[in-house]
Amino acid sequence: MNPADVLALLPFLLIAGTSVFVMLAIAACRRHWPSLCMTLIGLAAAFGSLWLVAPLVPRKVTPLLILDQYALFYIGLIIAATFAIAILCYGYLERHSEPREELYVLLLVATLGSMVLVASRHFVSFFLGLEILSVALYALSAYLHTRSRPLEAGIKYLVLAGSSSAFLLFGMALIYAQAGTMDLSRMAAFLAGPPSSPLILVGLMLIITGIGFKLGVVPFHLWTPDVYEGAPAPVTAFIATVSKGAIFAILLRYFYVSGAQHVHSVFVVFAIIAVASMFVGNLLALLQNNVKRILAYSSIAHMGYLLAAFEAGGSMASEAIAFYLVAYFITTVGAFGVVTVLSDEERDADTLADYSGLFWRRPVLASIFTVMLLSLAGIPLTAGFLAKFYVVAAGVSAAIWALILILVISSVIGLFYYLRVLVTMYARVPEEVPVPTSFHPGSYVLIALTVLLVWLGVNPGPLLNVIKVIKVASMM
Amino acid sequence: MILLSMIVILLVGGLLAWGAGRWSALASRWISLIAVSTDFVIGFIVWIRSAGHIDVLQQQAWLLELNWNWIPQFGVHFHLALDGLSLLLLMLTFLLGIVSVLASWTEIQEAVGFFHLNLLGVLAGIAGVFLAMDLFLFYFAWELMLVPMYFLIAIWGHERRLYAAVKFFLFTQFSGLLMLIAILALYFAHHTATGIYTFEYADLLGTPLSSHVAVWIMLGFFVAFAVKLPMFPLHTWLPDTHTEAPTAGSVVLAGLLLKTGAYGLLRFVMPLFPAAAQAFAPIAMMLAVIGILYGAILAFAQTDLKRLVAYTSVSHLGFVLLGIFAWNKLALQGALITIICHGVSTGALFILVGALQERLHTRDLARMSGLWETLPRLGGTGLFFALASMGLPGLGDFVGEFMILLGVYQKSRILTAVAAVGILASTFYALKFVQYVFHGPNNHHLALPDLGVREAIIFTPMILILLWLGLYPQPVFNTFNPAMETLQQHAGQTMPALRR
Repeated sequence: MNPADVLALLPFLLIAGTSVFVMLAIAACRRHWPSLCMTLIGLAAAFGSLWLVAPLVPRKVTPLLILDQYALFYIGLIIAATFAIAILCYGYLERHSEPREELYVLLLVATLGSMVLVASRHFVSFFLGLEILSVALYALSAYLHTRSRPLEAGIKYLVLAGSSSAFLLFGMALIYAQAGTMDLSRMAAFLAGPPSSPLILVGLMLIITGIGFKLGVVPFHLWTPDVYEGAPAPVTAFIATVSKGAIFAILLRYFYVSGAQHVHSVFVVFAIIAVASMFVGNLLALLQNNVKRILAYSSIAHMGYLLAAFEAGGSMASEAIAFYLVAYFITTVGAFGVVTVLSDEERDADTLADYSGLFWRRPVLASIFTVMLLSLAGIPLTAGFLAKFYVVAAGVSAAIWALILILVISSVIGLFYYLRVLVTMYARVPEEVPVPTSFHPGSYVLIALTVLLVWLGVNPGPLLNVIKVIKVASMM
Repeated sequence: MILLSMIVILLVGGLLAWGAGRWSALASRWISLIAVSTDFVIGFIVWIRSAGHIDVLQQQAWLLELNWNWIPQFGVHFHLALDGLSLLLLMLTFLLGIVSVLASWTEIQEAVGFFHLNLLGVLAGIAGVFLAMDLFLFYFAWELMLVPMYFLIAIWGHERRLYAAVKFFLFTQFSGLLMLIAILALYFAHHTATGIYTFEYADLLGTPLSSHVAVWIMLGFFVAFAVKLPMFPLHTWLPDTHTEAPTAGSVVLAGLLLKTGAYGLLRFVMPLFPAAAQAFAPIAMMLAVIGILYGAILAFAQTDLKRLVAYTSVSHLGFVLLGIFAWNKLALQGALITIICHGVSTGALFILVGALQERLHTRDLARMSGLWETLPRLGGTGLFFALASMGLPGLGDFVGEFMILLGVYQKSRILTAVAAVGILASTFYALKFVQYVFHGPNNHHLALPDLGVREAIIFTPMILILLWLGLYPQPVFNTFNPAMETLQQHAGQTMPALRR
C-alpha cells in the first residue's frame, strides 16, 4: 500500500473513524445532539473526500477493493442518503426515551459495510461488506427494543439474512472450487474460457439466491413487508435505500464484469425473478392497509423494474439503473421521512387512517408525500418519471419487449395503491383544519428532497452528465 | 417566448390562486379568471396578426416557435411551436378555461384555491400538448395533465368520484405508457436508420420503417389517442368520469381532454405513419361509425342527465375519428369544426346540467319536467344547445358533421350512410333532453332563480360562436388550411391521390 492507496481509502477511513469516535464520545458523555452533529460532520467529510479521491481512480486498493468512478458514485449516493436518514432519525428519537445515541454508531457501521460492497472486487470483500451491513441492520431494526414489532422485525431479519448469507457462501465456495479464484477479474477470464462444469451454474444460482434475499425480490421477498412494518421508520428508509441500493450496485458489477449476465440460464432466472417481483409486489400491495407495507411491496416491484433494466445489458442499462437508483433513493427516503415525521412516541404512523384527510391538516407534508408517491408511480415533473422513462428506453433499445410490456402493465396495477394513499390524504374530513405543527428537523430534509426530486425531474442534465461517465472500470 | 408565457401565466396564476385561496375564495377566482383571460387575449392577438400572412406560409414554417435544448444527452428539446391547428385548439382551450372558471364560481365552495390550481394546471398541460413539437415534451405534457384532472374529479366530484377518478387515471395512464413504448421504439428506429438520437417531430417525420414495425408503433400511438378520444370500445371510462366530475371538470374533459386525442391523431399518427395509418383506416372508420351509433343510442337510454350528455360525446367524437381517417380536405375541415363546436356545445350542455343540479340537487331526468315555466331563459338556452348538438343547420355542429360526411362519401358510401343514421339518432337524445327537462307537466311549482347575469355571460359567447361557425366558418378554415396542407404533405408521400 502506497500513500495514494491510503488516500483512496479516505472515505472508508473517515466513516470508520467517525463511528469509533462517536462510540467513545457516548462512553464519555451521553448527549443526543452532539452525537448527531459528529455523525453528520463525519458523513460530510467523507462525502467531501470523494473529490480528493476522484483524481486517483480507477485504482485497485489491495486485492479486495477497487475504487473506480462507479464505486465513487454509489459511495456518494450512500453517504448522502445516510446523511438525510441520520437527521430523520434525530427527530424520530427525540420523541422516544430509549437510549438514542448508539443508533448513529450502528448507522455509520452499516454505511461502511455498504461502501465496502460497492467497491468490492473479491468474494472476501463482498462477504465482509455484506456482513458488516447486515449485523448492523439486525440491531437497527430492533433498536426500539421495548416494543414488540421492532423486535420481531429484528429477529426475522436476522434469521432470513443469516440463511441467505449461508446460500451466498455456499455459492461462492462452489465457484471457487471450479475457478480456483475469488478475484472478480480472474473469474471473468475463467467464465470467458471454454464451457465449464455445471457446478459453476449451481454456484451462480446460489449467489443469485443470496442476493435475491437481500434485495427482497420474489420469491425471496417474504421478510420485506414484516421488517419494513416493524423496524422504526427511518431505519426502514435505510434498509430500503442504502442496503438494497448497495447490493444492486454489487450485483451489477459482478454480473456485468464477470460476463455471467450473458449466461443464458442466468438471464432466464433474472427474467423470471423480475416478472414475478413486478407482479407480486404490485398485486400484493393492493391488499395492504398499512402504509409501510404498501411501500414494502412497492419496493419489491421497484426492484423488479430495476432487474428488467438489468436484463437489458450494456451501458444504457447501467446508466438507467444509476439514474433509477438516485430517484428511488430520494423518493423512498422522502416517503419514509413523511412516515417518520408523522410518527409519535406511541407508534409509527403507518395505518392508512393516519393519513386520512392529511392534506387539510398538514398541507405541506401531504404535498411532499404526494410528490413522493407520484414519483414512485412515475408521473412527470418528478425524477421518478425520468427514471422509468430511462428504464423503458433501456429495455426498448435492447428489444426485450416482453419484459417492458410486463413492466408497463404491472406499473399500471401499481398506480392503484399509490392513488389509494393519495385519495385517503385528500379525502374531505369536515372538521379538519390546519394544525400548528411541532418542530421536526426531518421537515427540512423532506423539503430539500422534494425540491431535489422536482429539480431532477425537470432538469436532469447535470446528473445525466455524471451518470454517462461513470463506468465499471475494467478490472486490473 | 409568447408560447412559453402562455403556459407560465397559467401555472403562475394557478399558484397565486392557491395562495390567495387561503384568505379569500373570491380573490382566487378572480386571479384564475384574469390569468386565463390574459392567455385568451394573447392568443387572439396572435390569431389576428397571423390572419394577414397566413396564406403565404411555407411548409414547416410555424407561426411562432420556441426551441431550447432541454436534455441534450437524449436529444430532447424544449420545442414549442404554433401552427393554425394548434392556434385554433389553444383558443378553444382558453375560451373553455374562462367558461370553466365562471361555471364553478358558485359551485365550488371547498378548498377553492387548490381547485383553481388544479384547473389551471390542467389547462397548462393541455396547452403544452397542443404546442409540443418534441415527442418527449409531448409525452411529458400528456402525462402532466392527468394529475390535476385526477384531483379535480377525486376531490370536487359527485357521489362516486373516487371510482371515476381512479378509472380515468388508469385508462389514460396505461394507454399513455403504450405510447411511451411506441415513442421510444420510433426513437431507436430513427437512430438505427440515421445514427441520430432525436425526439424532434420534424426529424422523425419520414423515418424509414418496415411496414411491420410501423404498424406496431402506429398502434401504440393510436391506442393512447383512441382512449382519450374515446373510440368505441375504449370509451368505458368516459361516462363515469364525466358524470362524477364537477362542472368545470366535465367541461374541460369533454371540451379539451378528448380533443387532445383527436389532435394526436391529426398531428402524429397520420403524418408519422402514413402507410400504416392508411392500412388501418378501414378498421378505425368502422369503429368510428359503431361509436357514433352506439353513443347516440346509449345517450338516449340514460336517465342521468350528465351521463346522457357524456354519451353524446362518444357519438360526436366518432364523427371526428371518421373524418380524420378519411383524410381528405373536406373531412379534415369538418373534423376540425366538429372538434371546436363539440367543445363549445357540449361544454355548454354540461354547464347547463351543472346549473340545473345546483338548483334542483338532482340530475335524474325522471324528477324533472316542466321546468320551462319556472326557468324560461335557461330553457331557451338549453333548447339552443340541444339543437346545436343534434346538428341543426345554421349552427356549427351541422357544418362539421356535414363536411365529414361529404368527405367520407368519397371513401366509402356505406359508412357514410350508416354514419348519417347517427345524426338521425342524435335527434332522439336531443329532443329527449328538452322534452324531459323543460316540457311536460310542471308538478313541482318550484321557485327557482332563472338564468343569472354570470350564466348569461357564460352562454352568450358560446351561442355566438356556434352561430358564427354555422353561418360563416371561413376564417377558421383560412387559419387551418395551411396547417392541414402541411400535415397532408407529410402524410402524402404514400397516400393515394385524393379523388375529387
